[in-house]
Amino acid sequence: MSSKIGGVFGAAKAIATGMGITFKEMLNPTITEDYPDSPPKFQERYRGVHVLQRDEHGLEKCVACFLCAAACPAKCIYIEAAENTETGRISGGERYAKVYNIDYTRCIFCGYCVEACPTDAITHGHDFEIASYNTSTLIYRKEQMLAPIPSGAQFPLVQIGSAPAADGH
Amino acid sequence: MQELISHPLFTPLLLTALIVLGFPLVTGYLVHIERKILADMQARLGPMRAGPHGLLQPLADALKLLLKEDVVPAGADKALFWMAPLIAAFTGLTAIALLPFGERLYVADMNVGLLIISALGAVGVLGMTLGGWASNSHYSLLGSLRGAAQLVSYEVAVTLAMLAPVMSASSLSMVEIVRAQQRRGVWFVFDNYGLMIVTFGIFLIAAVAETNRAPFDLPEAESELVAGFHTEYSGFRWALFMLGEYAHAFVICGVTVVLFFGGWLRPFPNVAWLELPLNFAFPVLLIGGSGAATLMLVRKVRRPWQRVFLTAVAAALVSAGLIFLVPAVNHVLIAPFWFFLKLGLVLYLLFWLRGTLPRLRYDQLMNLGWKRLIPLALLMLFLNAIAGLLAA
Repeated sequence: MSSKIGGVFGAAKAIATGMGITFKEMLNPTITEDYPDSPPKFQERYRGVHVLQRDEHGLEKCVACFLCAAACPAKCIYIEAAENTETGRISGGERYAKVYNIDYTRCIFCGYCVEACPTDAITHGHDFEIASYNTSTLIYRKEQMLAPIPSGAQFPLVQIGSAPAADGH
Repeated sequence: MQELISHPLFTPLLLTALIVLGFPLVTGYLVHIERKILADMQARLGPMRAGPHGLLQPLADALKLLLKEDVVPAGADKALFWMAPLIAAFTGLTAIALLPFGERLYVADMNVGLLIISALGAVGVLGMTLGGWASNSHYSLLGSLRGAAQLVSYEVAVTLAMLAPVMSASSLSMVEIVRAQQRRGVWFVFDNYGLMIVTFGIFLIAAVAETNRAPFDLPEAESELVAGFHTEYSGFRWALFMLGEYAHAFVICGVTVVLFFGGWLRPFPNVAWLELPLNFAFPVLLIGGSGAATLMLVRKVRRPWQRVFLTAVAAALVSAGLIFLVPAVNHVLIAPFWFFLKLGLVLYLLFWLRGTLPRLRYDQLMNLGWKRLIPLALLMLFLNAIAGLLAA
């Protein structure tokens, strides 16, 4: 008899504990995001559409070394290189990418290109809404992926040698 | 005008119209509130797309259900298939007529009111059983068989638990039971030296089982039986089943409030100085405060028309709270305010249980009903009778 009464109290206690947990959860903030009505939250390392970075002068970091294209397992990066000139300086190195295309019908967002890049020029952004009815729009050109020019930078023309030696060169 | 209002049929007819026309809407929003509460407990958002915070979701769902194809399975017993949802909805809605929302706010006060509610609940299960049988489907049949067995097992415990307050009030009339609590100056749940709390627990468990709500939702059991007895139902017929289910839950919560929580009475009904804080300040703060809290949410809503909508909801809530400051209006509204507040709290408890407990297995259900609740209910009936005699 006493064990039965103990069982009843044990069951009641178990139910009370459970209900306490659900009540606590009710007061806790929700985890689900209200996408698309409010912007989604990302982990910093999320691998979205690539961003081509610029340095602090507004010059492109990409020096057209083709390492990203070589590392790409999906072979989706297409680069045409060109030389920087005295009057037309695009990147910080000798060469720059005249054409830099990423074919997002093939890209698998593995991040190997980002790892391979010696100048940290290509990075993953957080944009993921690239679904399209037309695959031709999925080949992104350089202009679509370039980061905005930082404020205060004198772009597009920076004379060689006149650049401030802030970065130790 | 005065003649019209004082006519004996005025209140019953008005309330009947309100119940028949308004209860489908109430059901829709009960579902919405339930979904929102469950979502909160599971760290989700719940419906958010139709209207601000999904406030128009019930209307969208109702429209969808009305427009859906009404499928009758091949080999179904057509007449029964058509009639079953009607029985479920009709019995649920009829039982609401017996609930007293206030001293004079009821459709019918009968000397056997509680008995009729109990009987209507039992007939309501018939709709479920017939629907499952007529569907000509294995899942439906299993669901309805479970429903029938569950009703037979738990109806006994419910009735035995109901008897204790009835003994204390010496009446089966719902209004008279509340009046008895007013005369004693205490809600029945705290009466009989605290013995009634156990009776209330038995009643609550058995009542949840009788309304087929989680954790006793064996007749529906989505994870085992697809949707149980209403697997084959669609569109408006399915909506009628849902209407019946929620009407039934509403009635059971109303009966709980009347039997154990003093119906329309405020807490401490006979302590005069609590009149001002409880009957004036509390409703104004509660309803007006929730309106103010809604106003806080407006800033987070993005679309302009949704802002307007939510602001209107907040304004309606605030004005509904302020209206309690007018003495004449307060005099009429305070009884239903307390009744529906308590009913809402009991309903919240049901939603909370659904968010917490997993479904019982069939043998666990039968064990709990026959081996635990019924003997315990008999014992409590006996003890309550002794305590009642001692108190008298």
